[in-house]
Amino acid sequence: MSIAWYLAVSAIVFALGAVGVMTRRNPLVVLLCLELMLNGGNLALIAFSRMWGNGDGQILAIVVMTVAACEVCIGLGMIVAIYRRQLPIDVDELRELQG
Amino acid sequence: MSAVLFFLAAIGVISGAVGVVVLRNPFFSVLALVGHLVSLAVLFLLLRAEFVAAVQVVVYAGAVMVLYVFVVAYVGGEGDRSKIGQLGERLRGNGSRPPAVGSGLRLGGAILGGALLVELLIALLGTGLEATSGYGAGYVPGPQAYGTPAYIGKLLLTRFLLVFELASFLLLIAAVGGVVLARRRGGLGEEDEHERFVPLDMRRPLGTGTTAEGVGSRTP
Repeated sequence: MSIAWYLAVSAIVFALGAVGVMTRRNPLVVLLCLELMLNGGNLALIAFSRMWGNGDGQILAIVVMTVAACEVCIGLGMIVAIYRRQLPIDVDELRELQG
Repeated sequence: MSAVLFFLAAIGVISGAVGVVVLRNPFFSVLALVGHLVSLAVLFLLLRAEFVAAVQVVVYAGAVMVLYVFVVAYVGGEGDRSKIGQLGERLRGNGSRPPAVGSGLRLGGAILGGALLVELLIALLGTGLEATSGYGAGYVPGPQAYGTPAYIGKLLLTRFLLVFELASFLLLIAAVGGVVLARRRGGLGEEDEHERFVPLDMRRPLGTGTTAEGVGSRTP
């Protein structure tokens, strides 16, 4: 398959993740959609790496996975802390920082 | 053969992504993401990235998704708000009955996402069509070939050593941060963390008319 097909799939996945981040209001699902966006970026990185025939893009994809794991750790910790304080688990309701 | 595999995996990737965005229950969203990740690993294999595909399945679809499932089970998701009583009353704003402004925002988000998709496709495919229309560089199979664990490990420990160490440091920071955020006492929400009185957890004395006695599983 031509590399362009992989890039099209990565663009579709990234756009779907962006739609999810903008429309869903449960912070858990927002985190899942962030994972979708990161995966779209990863697919593009690996396709470009295949195109050039060296491993730099794969290293960058592994680093992106590391950052995603850290983001999941902190994000889920925040969600658990929000739940413990009995605040609403809804990104529209959490507006204390809005002033 | 590779074209058939590509289209099967691409359908899995895109339908998994649609499932994550569309499904109401966060638990089903997590399951859809697992399917998406496994299909994505097949695409990585087709691109000769064997090590990254293995990491994707083991770390992402294994460990990270188990973490998600735990938190969804702990928090309860959108489905069973009513069990939590007063908390459910405060959560009532999302889900089944969205306010009138919500649908407009949802439509706006979908339109913005479509515009983003068009822009990305133009950026990725439109201008650089000559550069990306190839089938990739040549590939020679072998134990040291491109994308194998040996190749990636050599790159990580020679050329990208600083990146490797920085990533490990970032993981350490995230682990400490996760422990601090989710600690039971002393972290966030100190004043709410005193022993809450939960009537259902209290063991009642025998012969006081509990349900367990009513069904005969616990006789006085």
